[in-house]
Amino acid sequence: MADRRYTKTHEWVTVDGKHATIGITDFAQSQLGDVVFLELPSAGRKLASRETFGVIESVKAASDLYAPVAGRIAEVNEKLASKPELINSDPYGEGWILKLELSGDLPSDLLDEAEYKKVTEASAS
Amino acid sequence: MVDFGGWDMPQQYSSIRDEHLAVRQVAGLFDVSHMGRFRVAGDSCVEFLQGLLTNDLALLVHGQAQYNLMCNEQGGVIDDLVVYRGSEGFFVVVNASNREKDLEWMRSLAPKDIEVEDRTFELGLLAFQGPRSEDLLPCEGLDQIPYFGFGQGDVAGIHALISRTGYTGEDGFELFISSDKVGDAWDAILEHGRSAGVLPAGLGARDATRLEAALRLWGNDMDETVNAYEAGLGWTVKLDKGDFIGREALQRVKAEGPRRQLVGLKLQPGDIARHGAAVSAGGRPIGVVTSGTHSFFLGYPIALAMVQARSLQVGDTASVEVRGRDAGADVVKLPFYRGSARSLSEKKESRHGRPSLHQDA
Repeated sequence: MADRRYTKTHEWVTVDGKHATIGITDFAQSQLGDVVFLELPSAGRKLASRETFGVIESVKAASDLYAPVAGRIAEVNEKLASKPELINSDPYGEGWILKLELSGDLPSDLLDEAEYKKVTEASAS
Repeated sequence: MVDFGGWDMPQQYSSIRDEHLAVRQVAGLFDVSHMGRFRVAGDSCVEFLQGLLTNDLALLVHGQAQYNLMCNEQGGVIDDLVVYRGSEGFFVVVNASNREKDLEWMRSLAPKDIEVEDRTFELGLLAFQGPRSEDLLPCEGLDQIPYFGFGQGDVAGIHALISRTGYTGEDGFELFISSDKVGDAWDAILEHGRSAGVLPAGLGARDATRLEAALRLWGNDMDETVNAYEAGLGWTVKLDKGDFIGREALQRVKAEGPRRQLVGLKLQPGDIARHGAAVSAGGRPIGVVTSGTHSFFLGYPIALAMVQARSLQVGDTASVEVRGRDAGADVVKLPFYRGSARSLSEKKESRHGRPSLHQDA
């Protein structure tokens, strides 16, 4: 998907007008292993860009989740409460985490596909 | 791949969840060739090992294996190991991370006639574990091997020493196979069991299954500063068998009662207690988590914790630090899960009147 952008901390974001959808990347889920739990905020909360908004627990470790963009949480993926494994099976689709109403401009340090690929290659080696 | 005692080991082949469930429901195949394997031979090898280990080797006859501890003078656990009694001498399987330390310790104490030979790199070791392992291992005569017994056989036409032992709480076999053939045996076992649901299983599934069975992991649940009784492994200490290293200290611990105890904790979904997390009760710190994971099989997180003696008993609640806050935990009976090895150990107990590996204090 051409308009999907990434962060160095392995989140992704797609933007449609003032609406953004965010999740974690396929690389992130493969490194985490089976996801067993997500601690997520409620709709309505305002997030700053780079703010920690939750925790993802896999069998291996607990990791913080960072907001790739700033905005107000419009929707939380409720399915993840009972099926956290959606993060593993479909990280860019059914495994989305939050929908945001964007506030302000997009951060300038978001990565495109090719740039993100370089990040993953560097951390995999 | 992760580093484990200097070996590159797969955490998972496909998914820890799938591999874990395969071991509990069908069978899984682990490559445990990283574990140290020594041959101990010589005229006085029985006396030598009796003086080094806590369990009583006089209970073993040729073709039997025994879970054992090697302790220091303070009764702290240098390593836990399985000893196999062969027709000439013994075979000893130790933790990968302790192989060099154990070898040095044993050799430093060995009299002249004793040879302690490291055979780790000549032999591969596979563990085929699960309730259907006897049906699904391509090998004849497995029903002749009792729990904690071993014999020779051909697995998919490849010569192996086959022992009915494991680290999952399930029935299963550990296969010692010459290093140049072990890869072929691995492929053949997986091919043979594939349609039945046999999977290769990595360290993640190994840790989850051993923790459900409350089998201790050296380096996590015990080490040289934890004595055998604190680790809940007093059943392996035979104070009456004669002198051995650590006996005096262990006798004292037994008489006075251990100062710490290992307990089982059940947590709420999502609250995974990690190694080192603080444990408290009634607002008072009482210990730390030694091992913790999410059990896909049981459907909730489980943990072992080393706490002050008599601070908790089954049915109590405790608090565990999870992601910077206190999470509630129930103290539960160990093991968390008794797999198919249970029926075997009960059969064995009735035959030999000896405790099984899965007995918990």
